[in-house]
Parts: sequence; structure tokens; C-alpha cells
Amino acid sequence: MQKVSMIINGKPVSGHIDPRTLLVQFIREHQHLTGTHVGCDTSQCGACVVHVDGKAIKSCTTLALSCEGANVTTIEGLASGEQLHPMQAAFREHHGLQCGFCTPGMITTAVDLVNRKGHHLSEHTIREELEGNICRCTGYHNIVKAVAAGAEAMHHDHAAELAHSHAAE
Amino acid sequence: MSATGIGASVRRKEDIRFITGKGQYTDDVNKVNQAHAYFLRSPHAHATINSIDIAEARHMPGVAGIYTGADLAADKIGGLICGWMIHSKDGSPMKAGAHPALAQGKVRYVGDHVAVIIADTYAQARAAAEKINVDYGVLPANADTASATKSPAVHAESADNTVFNWHLGNKDETEAAFKRAAHVTKIDLINNRLVPNAMEPRAAVGDYDAGTGIYTLYTTSQNPHVARLVLSAFIGIAPEHKLRVIAPDVGGGFGSKIFIYAEETVCVWAAKKVGRPVKWNADRTEAFLSDAHGRDHVTHAELAVDDKGKMIGMRVHTIANLGAYLSTFSSSVPTYLYAPLLSGQYNIPGVYAEVDAVYTNTAPVDAYRGAGRPEATFVVERLVEVAARELGLDPAEFRRKNFVKSFPHQTPVIMCYDGGDYNASLTKALELADYKGFGKRKKDSAKRGMLRGIGFSCFIEACGIAPSAAVGSLGAGVGLWESAEVRVNPIGTVEILTGSHSHGQGHETTFAQLVSDRLGIPIDNVAIVHGDTDKVQMGMGTYGSRSGAVGMSAISNALDKVIAKARKVAGHVLEASEKDIEFKDGKFTVRGTDKVVDFGTVALNAYIAHKFTGAELEPGLKEGAFYDPTNFTFPAGSHICEVEIDPQTGVVKIERYTAVDDFGVLINPMIVEGQMHGGIAQGIGQALMEGAVYDKSGQLLTASFMDYTMPRADDVPSYQTAFTETRCPSNPLGIKGCGEAGAIASPPAVINAITDAVGHEHVSMPATPQVVWRAAQAMAKKAAE
Repeated sequence: MQKVSMIINGKPVSGHIDPRTLLVQFIREHQHLTGTHVGCDTSQCGACVVHVDGKAIKSCTTLALSCEGANVTTIEGLASGEQLHPMQAAFREHHGLQCGFCTPGMITTAVDLVNRKGHHLSEHTIREELEGNICRCTGYHNIVKAVAAGAEAMHHDHAAELAHSHAAE
Repeated sequence: MSATGIGASVRRKEDIRFITGKGQYTDDVNKVNQAHAYFLRSPHAHATINSIDIAEARHMPGVAGIYTGADLAADKIGGLICGWMIHSKDGSPMKAGAHPALAQGKVRYVGDHVAVIIADTYAQARAAAEKINVDYGVLPANADTASATKSPAVHAESADNTVFNWHLGNKDETEAAFKRAAHVTKIDLINNRLVPNAMEPRAAVGDYDAGTGIYTLYTTSQNPHVARLVLSAFIGIAPEHKLRVIAPDVGGGFGSKIFIYAEETVCVWAAKKVGRPVKWNADRTEAFLSDAHGRDHVTHAELAVDDKGKMIGMRVHTIANLGAYLSTFSSSVPTYLYAPLLSGQYNIPGVYAEVDAVYTNTAPVDAYRGAGRPEATFVVERLVEVAARELGLDPAEFRRKNFVKSFPHQTPVIMCYDGGDYNASLTKALELADYKGFGKRKKDSAKRGMLRGIGFSCFIEACGIAPSAAVGSLGAGVGLWESAEVRVNPIGTVEILTGSHSHGQGHETTFAQLVSDRLGIPIDNVAIVHGDTDKVQMGMGTYGSRSGAVGMSAISNALDKVIAKARKVAGHVLEASEKDIEFKDGKFTVRGTDKVVDFGTVALNAYIAHKFTGAELEPGLKEGAFYDPTNFTFPAGSHICEVEIDPQTGVVKIERYTAVDDFGVLINPMIVEGQMHGGIAQGIGQALMEGAVYDKSGQLLTASFMDYTMPRADDVPSYQTAFTETRCPSNPLGIKGCGEAGAIASPPAVINAITDAVGHEHVSMPATPQVVWRAAQAMAKKAAE
């Protein structure tokens, strides 16, 4: 058993774990954050995507110990209290989910996509960038719409934040 | 139409928990002191089990118990059942081999369940499993459908692996039609085996309370009450009142989670044996090996056309692979869910089908989105398209000329279509797909060295499953009605207890829309309760596109009863005769006066019961209904697929996909579109990239997402969906149902488009780049000769 410590959704956590423990197992079984899901065993489905130090990674293929000291954000950490993250709200508005199982991974991947590629995303870019996330329910049509809308909404939020912080100066 | 009533695209109530990671799927359920189960599975496709040595394994760290088939037999636990009896042409019953939850004496497919190891952690259970020594006597195996009858017997009950030889239709009239036909089109087709692959793998948590003798099973099921019925009545876990089954949030089913499986059976039974909750979760490879697969038909089909271009006969011979064991509904899929759709949208006087179902050493095959209707539609729509091309006729006009135009229309294969306007969907689809402009687009593609093709699929299906007596007479072991209980609470909020189950279909929203619409109360005041046999008394579950047509009809009838009683209460509250009470927009009024009372106040009065005596009226406001459909429903539509193909690589790009469907009344158009998108994507997956492949020794080669190609976002286009409406005449809400239509219609639309592009008369599914390249090369060679 080895000790591991990290910050998950802004909260410092630690545990004593079998060194083989995957990050997704640490999140789900040790921290009881069950929003992150396991959908495959070959790192392709994306249901397990979380952010580690600001980047989307597949937590099913990451050892928890390799995240020692890292800043981890799971789906549970996206909203601010009762206020949904704009990407979450966009998925609901555009019916970008049905059974919900792939959804946490889709949303966290989408947020990362916006962080990397900006707020005005073409359909082509979104479809390509979602290659690492499999959905069996939606046929992707509404997920693409949701991601595009969420990206734009994140822009407004970001712009509003900037305006607010300028005003405060 | 109100903003939250029938016909509104209300945003889903259930989304909140899913988008914030607060869903409660079975693997999210954790019980104090739970142990973890790992299933030891056969590595051989066909073998005797000579011995199982668990001596070393049972002493491994953390092991709480190891069990085999012998232990289940000692406890008189029954095997897994097939609930639909099919008789062969000669009247003999289908040959059903036993299907124990843990193998007894023999294994019959790679992945077959041999033993369960239960330990403190999953890792310990796996480690202990490696110490189990199973002495197998390997036998020759067969995974091939066409040669199953010449292969070694999978079950002693059937020497030649025939499960049944079944038929349907008017044989004599069909033969006569073929004799007088001006043209006969023949085609050989394979409907490729698929793995449903819902994103949530199957899981179960079994628990036993020694104090009360009550078992609890959490399971990824589309129908917890059916699971309870089977586990209780046939498998013998416990009597129903001592067995609670809960299907919490379930991450997709598509049919694969209808069936009662070995793992959930063993987990609930074993919870009493080890005295601890037993938790199991499949990994994706296990899902590939042991979830029921879909499709797997080998078919020869012929269409007879007269000299006026009228279809006069269709005859079909299909070999259907049912796998190594008969899964719960398996026998119904290539029979009564298949052959009755072979008339398609067409008025064909002679239709005759023969279906031979076989055993092979592969995973059991059962219903997968569409369940028999995709197989039928693929046969009909490929045959019709090929016939049109052979006859030099426009494929749309050839179809239109043969459409059923007057209703009711009795087909030769049981189904009596009750209404529809196939012309309307086709006309609209041709317009939306810009069929007129196709010629120019094809020329433009050619200039760039690309091939372009367009393909049609005018599908009809039979769903809203199903009238109980009718299916009973055809061999079903259960009725297929649905139940609803409407509980009005004293302050006027409402709970609907439904036997339907939502695993992506949005019932918490759509069912609430119906209630809000009918009772005139805010949609937020309505809760939909499903998935727990302790809460909902009985139900048949969700599959077969039945939750709208059947589940909501039950709710509608129960609401009628609630309103009838509420009117009586309102009469007492308003001091008027019941016959003068009117109910509209959530308010009760007395005709001809301005007296009014709202639904909430009436509800309160029903429970306070001060305004009437017990002799006049019972207090309370709670009514139930069981709705048994009077017919199947018949959604139908026209799908048009346009592809561009690079002949150098064989890569197929779907340039546009148009679907115009008639589902009767739509409760929530946004959700209906979503169902279409998902179904179409699955059909495109079947057509272009999916296929479960076994090798000659029965090893499943496609047992992960590395080898089995699931459609990703960049494999599919955006879809164009539109609707026409002919109200369903057979249920109170006019709903036909939409859950499976996309998967039913799309494979032939895609293959028809590809064959139109390459000019090759058949291209197999999946039409991978290699398959398409070969076809294009063959055509180019032919053209050069």
C-alpha cells in the first residue's frame, strides 16, 4: 500500500492504495465520486475523462500514484454550487444526452476542447475532436450542437469575467 | 399546446443528475461489507468439463466463496429460460437445450460461465480465479451460421443443431405468383452479427437480509419486474414477495438488458451463501463475450414482379443463428418479429418465409434495437432496390406504385396495417433530400474522380409490443400489456408509478408532459417513479418501442379514472351535480355558473374528506390501469441516404441522410429526433463498420473497441429528420412509437446508396473501405472489358 495525495475539485484528498490503483478507481471507489464512469477496457470510450492539471486525460489509463500532488477536476467539480457550467447547461438545452453514461466524459472532453481550440468551433472540428468519446444513444448530432453552443457560452462567460475583473481594477 | 404539454420539446428533467455526475447506475451502488464477484469463463468454444479444482483457489487471500454449477444444482436453482415457444412446420416444439447459470458438464461458447469467485476485492477475486484448474475436454466447435446443421451438436436435444424449422405466409399463392411472374429478382444477404454495446456494461449487486429473508437485486435491466418474475418463478431464487429487484439509472440497453442473465442470477443467489452483498460489474471484453448479440441471419430472398411492375410475390429463406443457448426472447426475433414485416410498405398478395434457427458455439443471440424488423427491412428494401435497377425503373417510383394505399390492409403474414400514408413520407423525403438535384451532384463528384450514389429505404415496422392474447397464441409466455398507477397527493402533486423503465428515453419528462397536459398542473409537480419492484407493483418494461404506445396509454387510462373520481369530489366541493361538472385546463367548473375550483383543491378535499360521507364516496385520489394493446402499431417512413465514395480507397462518406417518418402523435419532438439520430447511427454502424467475428475455433476476434468498430462522431453525418402524421388508431394517445425505427430503416438505405455508387449489385455489411474498394475495382474491371 502507498500513500497518495492530490486535489480533487478543489479539495485536498489522500488515501492508502494498492499501487496498481487506476485514477478512475481512486476517484470512484476511494473518493466516492461516481460521476466518472468506466465504459471500456481499451482506453477508447472516453467515459472516464477528467482534467488533471488543466488537461483532459483518460483516468482509466492513468495510475493514481502518477497524479500525486495534481489538481484534478471531475464532472462533479464543473458546476459552481447550484450554477451549472455553461457546457453542462448546453448539453441539457440541446438534448446532448440520453442515458447519461458517456455524458460526464463528453462534457469534460468538450470543456478541454474549448480550452485548446477556442470558442468558435466548426462541426468538422468538434466531430474530429470527439473521436475519443463514444456515445451509443445520441448518434452525436445533438452532442455536436451542444458542444458548439457550450463553447460560445463559455466565451460569453469568459468575456464577462474579464469585463468584471477590468471593472474591479 | 402548452409549453410543457403534449407536442412540446420540453427539456429533460432527468438531465440534471446526469450532467452533474449524480446519476445512480448499478456500479455506483455500494453496500456495507460488500464482496466482489468475478466470473471464470470458458476459453473454449465447445468442451466438456471433466473436473473443476478449487482447492488452491479457495484459500487465496480475501476469498469469501467459490461456486460452480454443482452448487446451483444442489440448491435446486433453475436455469435461464427462453420465454417464447416456437413450433416447427411439423408441429414439434422448438428444441431447447438447458441453460444453467453456471455450466454443468459442458461449455458451449467462449465466455460461457463456469464458476464465480467472490472475494473482498475484485483484484483478489481475479487472482483466486487464476488458481482454479478446470480440466476441459475440448470438442470441435462451429461458429458459422450457414454450416451449423452439418456441425457437431451443441445440445444433445438437437443432433443437427436445428432449434426449429418455422414458416409463415401463404405458400400456395406465393408459388403461383412466382410461376406467372414476368421478372424474378434474387438476392443472397447476410445480416451481420452485432454487439449492442450500451456504454454502461452490465452490472449487479445482490443482497440478502437474513433477518427478513428478503433478497434485493440491483441490476442493469430494462424490465426489473420481468427479472423478478423469471428469477422467482423459473429460476427459484425466492418467492416474489421475498425478492426486490431494482433497476436504477441504466446506461443504455437497446435490448441487451432485457434478458435475465447468469451473472445477476448468481450474484443474488450467492449473497445468501456468503452472507454479504455481492457486487459484479462486467468489463468491456466480458460484455462482448457474454451480452446477447444481435442479428446474424443468412438469407436467400426472391421478389416476383408482373409485367406491369407490380410486386406479386416474395419468398424468403433465412437461417438464423441463435447462438449456444436460447436467450429469453431469442426465438421470437427471427420469427414473429421478422417474417410479419416481409410485405414492407407494399401490397404483395403472396408472401412466404421459411426460417431455420440453429445453434452454434457463439454467444446467445437475442433482440437488439429493432429485433427482427431490421433484418426484414434489409431483405425487403435491398430486394426492391435491386429489382428496380434490374427493371430499369426509378427506385422511388417503383416503390410508390406498389405502396399499400387503402386501410385496413391485411398482409399475408399476420399483420393488418391500420393506417398510414406512405406516399406522403416519400414525397416529403424526396423533396428534403433534393432528389432532383442528385444527377448534378453525381456529375460534380465524377469530375473530382469520386463516385456518388443515392439509396432508399421505405420501411414499416410493427411495434408498440404487444397485444397479449395475440402474442400468447403465437407462443409468448407472458402478456405484453403495461401498468400505471396515478397517485395524487393531498396538495395536488402527482406521482406516476409506471411499469416502463427509462434508460435514455426520457420518460421522466415525456410521461410528465402527458400528466401536466391532462390534469392542467405544472410539470414540476409531477414525478415519474419506475424501476423498483417495491414501488411499482408490476410491469413489463421498456423495449419494442412500447413505452409511448403502451406505457403512456396505461397512464392515460389511469388519468381518465382520476379525472372521473375528481369530478365526483368537485361536485361535492362545488355543491353541484356531477353531471354539471366540467374539467378544463386544471379547473373544475359548474356549467352555466362561475363556480370554479382547481385540481389541487379538489385533491386536498379528496383526502380531507369533509365534504362528503364515506357512504357517498370513498376518500382518496389514486387510480391504476393495465393497458393491453389491441394491435401492434405500424410506424413507417422513407429514408434516403446519399454517399460519396473515393474509388481509390473505398472510403464511404455519407453526404446527407434524410429521414421522414410517421410515428403518429409525437409527445416530445426533440426526444423523438434524438431517438432517430441514435437509431440511424446504429444502423450506419451496422452498414459500414460493425461486425462481431468469430474464428473457426469459435474465438471471438472482435472482443474490444480496438477490433469492433463503433461509430464515432466523425463517422456519421448530421441527420435531416422530418415527420408526417397519421394518428395511430389503436391507442388513446395516437402514438405509434419511434425508438427502433432509425436502426430498422438505415442499413438498407446506406447499402442501396453504396451499390448505386459503385454499380455492384451486392455489397456485404459491414461495407468497410476494403469491401467497397473491391466492389469498385470489380465494376471498373467489368466496365473496361
